[in-house]
Amino acid sequence: MNPVPDIFRILPEVILTLTGVAVMLIDASLPPGTARRPLGWVAAIGTTLALWASLWQFSLPEGMGFYNTVETSAFTVFFHVLICGIVLVALLLSLDTLPEDSHHQGEYYALVTFGAVGMCLLTGAVELLVVFIALEISSISTYILAGYRKETGKGPEAAIKYFLLGSFATAFLLYGVAMVFGATGTTQIYEIARLVPLAQNHSLILLSLGLMLVGILFKVSAAPFHVWTPDVYEGAPSPVVALMSTAPKAAAFALLLRVIYEMFPTLRSVWSPLLWVVAVLSMTVGNLAALRQQNVKRMMAYSSIAHAGYLLAAFAGLGSTGISAACFYTAAYAAMNVGIFAVITLASGYDEEFPLIEDFRGLVYRSPMVGGLLLFFLVSLVGIPFTGGFFGKFYSFSAAVGGGAIWLAIIGLLNSGLAAAYYLRLALAAASRPDNQKSAAPTPQVGIAVGAALLLAVAATLVLGIVPGATLHAAEQSAHTLQAPQAETAAPATAAAPVDPHPLP
Amino acid sequence: MNAINESILTLILLVPLAGAVLVALVPDRAKLPNWIALLTALATFGLTLHLPTHFAAGTDGFQFVANIPWIESPAIFYHVGVDGLSMWLVVLAGLLAPVGVVASWNAVKERRKVFYSLFLVQQTAMFGVFISLDLMLYYGFWELSLVPMAILIAMYGRKDGPKAALKFFLFTFIPSAPLLVAILWLYARTGTFDFTTLQLWIASGAIPAGPLFWVALAFLFAFAVKVPVFPLHGWLADTFSEAPVALAMVVAGKLGLYSMLRFHIGLFPAQARTVAPVLIGLAVIGILYGACLALVQRDFWRLIAFAAVSHLSLITLAIYGLTFTGWDGAVYQILSHGVVDAALFLLLGVLCDRYSTSQIGDYGGLATKLPRTATFFVIATLTMIGLPMLSGFVGEFMILSSTFIGVSKGWAIAAAVGVILGAGYMLWLVQRLFYGPESALATSKPPQDLRLGQLAILCPLAVLMLVMGLAPTLWMPAIEQGVHPPQLRALPQAPKHVLLLQSSNSFLGEAQR
Repeated sequence: MNPVPDIFRILPEVILTLTGVAVMLIDASLPPGTARRPLGWVAAIGTTLALWASLWQFSLPEGMGFYNTVETSAFTVFFHVLICGIVLVALLLSLDTLPEDSHHQGEYYALVTFGAVGMCLLTGAVELLVVFIALEISSISTYILAGYRKETGKGPEAAIKYFLLGSFATAFLLYGVAMVFGATGTTQIYEIARLVPLAQNHSLILLSLGLMLVGILFKVSAAPFHVWTPDVYEGAPSPVVALMSTAPKAAAFALLLRVIYEMFPTLRSVWSPLLWVVAVLSMTVGNLAALRQQNVKRMMAYSSIAHAGYLLAAFAGLGSTGISAACFYTAAYAAMNVGIFAVITLASGYDEEFPLIEDFRGLVYRSPMVGGLLLFFLVSLVGIPFTGGFFGKFYSFSAAVGGGAIWLAIIGLLNSGLAAAYYLRLALAAASRPDNQKSAAPTPQVGIAVGAALLLAVAATLVLGIVPGATLHAAEQSAHTLQAPQAETAAPATAAAPVDPHPLP
Repeated sequence: MNAINESILTLILLVPLAGAVLVALVPDRAKLPNWIALLTALATFGLTLHLPTHFAAGTDGFQFVANIPWIESPAIFYHVGVDGLSMWLVVLAGLLAPVGVVASWNAVKERRKVFYSLFLVQQTAMFGVFISLDLMLYYGFWELSLVPMAILIAMYGRKDGPKAALKFFLFTFIPSAPLLVAILWLYARTGTFDFTTLQLWIASGAIPAGPLFWVALAFLFAFAVKVPVFPLHGWLADTFSEAPVALAMVVAGKLGLYSMLRFHIGLFPAQARTVAPVLIGLAVIGILYGACLALVQRDFWRLIAFAAVSHLSLITLAIYGLTFTGWDGAVYQILSHGVVDAALFLLLGVLCDRYSTSQIGDYGGLATKLPRTATFFVIATLTMIGLPMLSGFVGEFMILSSTFIGVSKGWAIAAAVGVILGAGYMLWLVQRLFYGPESALATSKPPQDLRLGQLAILCPLAVLMLVMGLAPTLWMPAIEQGVHPPQLRALPQAPKHVLLLQSSNSFLGEAQR
């Protein structure tokens, strides 16, 4: 049997890199006055190719390449497809909403594609140094993108805040890598997993776990590492927020799953209570703070913190149910969050002269389509059945209940009731009659690219809500590839094993 | 024929949904959305009538069943079916759909597409709640029914729609969180969401009683808010005064009461017996409290809201009295209440649109100007207060007598006092609206009595009230099949007024003793 050429293992990343370089080169060679918008189409086409390449990777035999540093498996394909999909939608969204006269459009599209390279690589890497490099690639692109509106005061503020805190968190992660290297003498994840139970210096490993968790939880903006989120989301342009609130988080969750379930499955008794606390904190802090926000983007920032909490609830699940629930939730969250930020971009404009909830008043009347979509995505975020948001929560909390964490599920679902209050505040503002005196906010215009982006997001949200079977199947497959063999046996039985379902009279 | 029987419930679900999509697509010209909505509603009603005509009486279990796997893991099935209990509720919901459309015909003037489209989605969700036999499917429709309702209250509210919508949504959404946890917990223990399988599981005693008590309580809590049972009725008055007439008809009562019978008592008989005394107490408080508050209201929507609290509490009393006669009466009363409420809402909606006020004090002496409105209003009122030969009497009598014999004389007397108060506030309302000296408001506008469409819907409703009062036997066999456990019914001369479940685990143990 022929071994798979190494290059195929990173084909999507290669395509994305080439796209990014091409965009930059074309940008540089174009005369200054010409429109940069076609570059966005180049990036979108490249991303579509990468998406296709990720799907194609599914037909590869599972395995690792480049001296066991990257792997392709159902797990990596799942996240590659997800991330490429998000990036594609974000690019389409930017195409119609970035102002025509912006000189830096070329850089923008190149940075988005480079960021996508980092995120994709992050989900495929099984070597901690590659993980670190990938994380840096994705983070640095996002830092720059966050400050893209540098003429405003808030843009650079957001970028600097994000950069300083983010580098700090990455340092934590790197320090954790160093610790685990010190304890086991390797940075290859499978090797570490094999050596951890045998390692002499247990405290070093615990320290490493803690440090790495801090680094990753910062990236997914879970409480208490969430303080950067609202400021950055408020300062960054909305299309960028659509991207950075979903894709890097999906990648970071993939990394978290890998670290937790593949590297340290034997330390379940340590990370399980930690993540329990973080999940409860994130949901509660996120939702309580969101209740008080007047700015829509800040509100959605806190909402994304709460959603990180719901997702972390899945980690209480035993074995593969937890992993597949987390994968599914990531997909559902990404679909609806990209969608709602697309709507926010359209409604409040690129320059965000109308960022408050009050400014959304009468949106349904001004533009029935955009208003209707806003309601649709809000309904999904609330978690009403037959939308992706419902099944995301459903799987996450049923994993928690299955793992014996009943209280986590109860707190989570009560939180989702709390969350309904602020989602509804926005929904009701959009659905109530506009004031005739104050109709300053413009009617949103929906172009072809944005229309396609919205269509993709709506379709994904509906498919995940009505026929979640296929995605769940993919998530389960990826869960199986991720689960190291010893994990099943090592996981302590915290819940009573389910009784035989067919003993009936 | 079999193919029709298997797909009829699915059709009932899909036709309103298809109508909703169609309404959303057609241009908003003339009365086009109205007509499409009306035709869809009538078609759906026609479909629901298939159920009673093809219902095999005397057969236990569910009929018209469809059971198709939907999601593999966790195992969620598209499992629908009706028995005598839910069948009539489906028909009632089908009947109320055209009534709702007619009631909104002139009242909804702008954004008709949104209104009728969401109204039809709401219909689908309600049918779904009544026919789902898979707990997840049921929960899905239960939650789904909130969304169109909340949006419509917000967009078409009379004065302060958004606030009432928020209140309504939170009041009903938050209690469904424990409900979902309870359903998931049951699934984690048993590996199934199927209603009948779960029923057997729980009856077999394989699930520890301690946690099961809390699970049952979570179910009950969600349903009690939806009914609403005292003291969880805070949302009702605001919702009634804001909601468009077509939605106010369906918002209270049916869904919650049906769920109590099916999913609380049906799944957790032993736990229901434990909490029954508490609920009986709350129900009696609710009857008297609602009636007393209704007596002092100045706004007729709020009056009807508190009247509803009182009437729905009476039904709750019957359900948790745990007697067969009580259950028969409860179901009958749900049906009757649905019909009467629809008529009352329609008429009050007409008045409110015409004179744009709901203050009772502004009205007076309308009977000579609007004789038809007054006539129908009086008929509905008499039905509501339980005049013999009209539908309200049958259910009320069964409920009170079963409480008197099977539960306790004291509670029955207290409940009867509430019924008398009910006659008081309803008749007083009639007097203040239609009789007495002609008010300034009545003279301010030229009289315009009921339109043809309204008459076309009110006449059948009035006839229905009379027929339901005279010939309850048309409905009762199916209801009895639905609410009586087969084991008990099989016994010769099963004592009808027994207090169920006095001891040990199951219906069966009780029956064989």
